[in-house]
Amino acid sequence: MTQLALVIDLNVCVGCHACVTSCKEWNTSGWAGPLVDRNPYGAAPTGTFFNRVQTFEVGTFPNTETVHFPKSCLHCEDPPCVPVCPTGASYKRPDNGVVLVDYDRCIGCKYCSWACPYGARELDEQQRVMKKCTLCIDRITDLNLSERDRKPACVLACPASARLFGDVHDPDSEVSVAIRERGGYQLMPECGTRPSNHYLPRHRTVMHIDPEALTRVDNPLRKEDLTAYTGEETLDDVAW
Amino acid sequence: MHPAFSVIFLTTLIGAGQGLFLAMVTGQIYATAGFLPAQESRFQAVGSLLALLLLVAGLAASFFHLGRPERAWRAAAMWRTSWLSREVIVLPIVMVLVFAYGAAHWLGWTRPLFQVGRSLPVDVTLLLALLGTLASLALFLCTAMIYAGVRFLQEWQTPLTVSNFILLGAASGFMLAAAYSAWVGNPLVTFFGTWAVILTLAGLASRMAHLSRNALITHRSTTQTAIGIRHAVVAQKTQGATGGSFNTREFFHGRSIQAIDRVRIVFLVLVFALPILLIGLAYVTGSSSLPILAFATQFFGLLAERWSFFAEARHPQNLYYQSVA
Ligand code: SF4
Ligand code: SF4
Repeated sequence: MTQLALVIDLNVCVGCHACVTSCKEWNTSGWAGPLVDRNPYGAAPTGTFFNRVQTFEVGTFPNTETVHFPKSCLHCEDPPCVPVCPTGASYKRPDNGVVLVDYDRCIGCKYCSWACPYGARELDEQQRVMKKCTLCIDRITDLNLSERDRKPACVLACPASARLFGDVHDPDSEVSVAIRERGGYQLMPECGTRPSNHYLPRHRTVMHIDPEALTRVDNPLRKEDLTAYTGEETLDDVAW
Repeated sequence: MHPAFSVIFLTTLIGAGQGLFLAMVTGQIYATAGFLPAQESRFQAVGSLLALLLLVAGLAASFFHLGRPERAWRAAAMWRTSWLSREVIVLPIVMVLVFAYGAAHWLGWTRPLFQVGRSLPVDVTLLLALLGTLASLALFLCTAMIYAGVRFLQEWQTPLTVSNFILLGAASGFMLAAAYSAWVGNPLVTFFGTWAVILTLAGLASRMAHLSRNALITHRSTTQTAIGIRHAVVAQKTQGATGGSFNTREFFHGRSIQAIDRVRIVFLVLVFALPILLIGLAYVTGSSSLPILAFATQFFGLLAERWSFFAEARHPQNLYYQSVA
């Protein structure tokens, strides 16, 4: 069975929020939209987003690392948000494992958001129904798009390629290989939700600089000063 | 969690309604068994009407919780998996049975249909009382399980949530029955008052156990498990929004720790200490206004108790919303 999911590489994410804005753009104008935006240019803007990038600081100053952490619905394999829904508006697609909300059936009771330990669901205060990441279901199932474009908007937008998308049940897919070979992990494993989305851990990045690199031993002039001209013709003086 | 007034009123009003109905049934059963003089059927009929009004008021309050109240009927669909759906089904059943019970009394349908053993004549009202009691208990269970069934909310995920809802609802209902008897000058004040005090004390034991359990709780999830970084010091710097979001509005009470502590003391006094004192005083003085005051105090206290129940619960999603920017 197919289980589509994202794998997010925390070692690569630079916290640029490109995934957030492309997600909002695609989804506010598509099937799940509009996504409310209150006070967008005011002092306290607020609205519905499927994806948010948060920042955490690990360690004690000055020995700290900044971790940018994109967070969206994890499309859990055992999603606690689905059985609690009284209307059946929340469901998990049997064919590809994407967890969705039927906006025409949702009564906005918010119970599913209580049942999600990750805070992945946000009530749309304008439409008064529950919204959450759809993995861009309207893109990834659209056979009119080219294979390359049949991916979630956030994956296509990420300039650092920190986001991988694919079937985590297919052992040979890019995402499964990444999870297996690069220490992919799930959030809050103690909750037993078995999230499909995985994260790749931060590595220790050490940059080694030796004196030769600074003085540029490979510089043919061996010196970092300007060339002193003594009247001879240089290449710049040649008129072509 | 953010305490929503719609849900606070829903749970306290239907709790008192169910409790009042159970009190009416208890009175009838005692009378059938001969421990009490038989009550006028009007007493039960008006009492049931009062219970029905509370149930209707609770239902009305619940609509304010919904984003799309016009679609509320859809909520009956998923009773196989959702306690909320089950509550939506059982609540109208309780209403119908309470109405039928009151109506049967009003119309005087008390001719025995058959006899059980030698001394138990069974009439329509007794059958409805039995069904209504079962439905009321089922409704208490559904309402409480909505909260106790949220797997990660450790403050709620305990059988004590269920016992609190049942005992506190029943206590306020019996308190109301005492107040109602005092109002109409029925001598059952002492009977209902005694039961109300017993249930209030049982509720106190259950709620205190819940409070002390929650005071010692260790949460399974931490910031470390939330983002999967194994380091002792992890601090949030941004949460992806500066002006708040649904996540900050729905899951935080937004009050100080001191305010929470104060509300806890207020509800302990108003729900437990004062009503018991007032019922005791009413017993000594024979005053007919003190039981009414006792119920009013307890009900007001229960609003604070429910507020506190929500505010105390720390949802694991809050780990992702510790700091704004
Ligand atoms: S992350 Fe939350 S909303 Fe998404 S499937 Fe899991 S429990 Fe449901
Ligand atoms: S808010 Fe909508 S999707 Fe969520 S539980 Fe209620 S009806 Fe279901």
